[in-house]
Amino acid sequence: MQIKRVAVVGTFFAALAGLWWAAVASGRWSAVLLPSPLDVADYLWAAARDGTMISAVYVTMQRLLIGYVIGLIIGLPIGLLMSANKWVEDTIGTLALGLQTLPSVCWVPLALIWFGQSEGAMLFVVVMGSVWSVIIATDHGARTIPPIYARAGRTMGSEGFHKWTRVVLPASLPFLVSGMKQGWAFAWRSLMAAEIFVTILTGFGLGHLLHYGRELNAMDQVIGVMLVIVVIGLAADLILFSPWERFLHRRWGTGKL
Amino acid sequence: MAPVAPPAKFVVDSVSKRFVTSRGEVHALDNVSLDIADGELICLVGPSGCGKSTLLDIIAGLTRSDSGRVIADGVPVEQPGRQRLMMFQESALFPWLDIFGNVMFGLKLTPGLSRNDRRKTAERYLDMVGLTSFAHANVHELSGGMKQRAALARALAPDPKVLLMDEPFAALDAITRDQLYGDIQRIWRETGKTIIFVTHDVREAVCLGDRVILMSPRPGRIAQEFQIPLPRPRDINSIELAQYATEIGTALRSLGNGNGGSGSCK
Repeated sequence: MQIKRVAVVGTFFAALAGLWWAAVASGRWSAVLLPSPLDVADYLWAAARDGTMISAVYVTMQRLLIGYVIGLIIGLPIGLLMSANKWVEDTIGTLALGLQTLPSVCWVPLALIWFGQSEGAMLFVVVMGSVWSVIIATDHGARTIPPIYARAGRTMGSEGFHKWTRVVLPASLPFLVSGMKQGWAFAWRSLMAAEIFVTILTGFGLGHLLHYGRELNAMDQVIGVMLVIVVIGLAADLILFSPWERFLHRRWGTGKL
Repeated sequence: MAPVAPPAKFVVDSVSKRFVTSRGEVHALDNVSLDIADGELICLVGPSGCGKSTLLDIIAGLTRSDSGRVIADGVPVEQPGRQRLMMFQESALFPWLDIFGNVMFGLKLTPGLSRNDRRKTAERYLDMVGLTSFAHANVHELSGGMKQRAALARALAPDPKVLLMDEPFAALDAITRDQLYGDIQRIWRETGKTIIFVTHDVREAVCLGDRVILMSPRPGRIAQEFQIPLPRPRDINSIELAQYATEIGTALRSLGNGNGGSGSCK
């Protein structure tokens, strides 16, 4: 079953690469605009061997993880607080709702002016890009819990901190995971925007590689870096969120049609 | 009409409760008093709106009464406590835990037990409700009846004095219910718990209760009280049981005619 699925995925992507290669081979487009899959593979191999790709991935992932974790640490408690308190809901909740609609790239000019061309600017953009959606997803999750769980918990003596950590938080887990996933996607997008627009000297990330690929008119680099970004996104989904989702589906009995 | 009973361990003393809703004020409970003996199985029946669930919530400490008191073993009830655990119409099992984890939930909040004590206790009560082989099943894998058994094990595990049951079988099919009537009577005999059981099903009340308290609606009052001296275990389909049920059913219907309780208020 697993082997069959892997085979389907493999065939699909092989076919896509084949189409790409056929498009290049047709000669209709200039090689400057459309490099062949082999050129891109060459670039990726070279970039992996001379260490640029590995260090770029490392720099980018480090920024992403730090920013995302900060976003979660700020977002989860505020979201819970918001679900429980009308004042927080009306104030911070409204703010979060508004700022969530702001495309994260819009934080870049502000970050540049406040923090200059620094790591701080990167982190600021990532945190601002992800924290609002985490807040809103957490609030939504905590509100959607059937009240009977809290009642059942209370009769068994679960109050206060215990109630929040052992009843409310796990009960809203399905929403938290989708909120965290959304937060991750937003953090990833914001960071790419920040890296493409902000040139900094403290670390050369994937966004910078992409940016310089364009400056140098190196389309093999541009497409190669884009591929790496996609693969990292898929891998993050697989490593960070799939286990949670499998757990949720098994426990809650959801996800089967 | 109060017969000679063992001394009351659980006293509901002149409890009243009003709710303010968008459609006006509801007088849920009006001066309700009730004495419940240790180890008694008592059923509260009445039409919807008679305040029986509200009374149970107040006894549990989940809701505060406007006036009056609930006294458990001489101590006024002011908040939920381990001594009075509640079972609901829905199982209210926690889907993020497996069945064993659910039974352990209340036990983990019970002080003075070692980890081993807790495991042993959970296993014992799972065995009592016949779910040993489902200890590590997920909640959604259980049938409605099995969920209620699991909820019963979860409520029994912390060893409460009083078990409060709020229409726990109302959502189940008749065959499953019949089995659970037998189980409840057996478990009640084995554990010696005081059980306060709320239902709108008169036969169910007669099948389970030592006493059946009939409540009248708007305002919720105790209308009448019936002793059920039938031997146990009782079969819900027996003729003697049906006779009691008919008598109580007649009294219940007469409440519907705006006759706010002709029987004696204890």
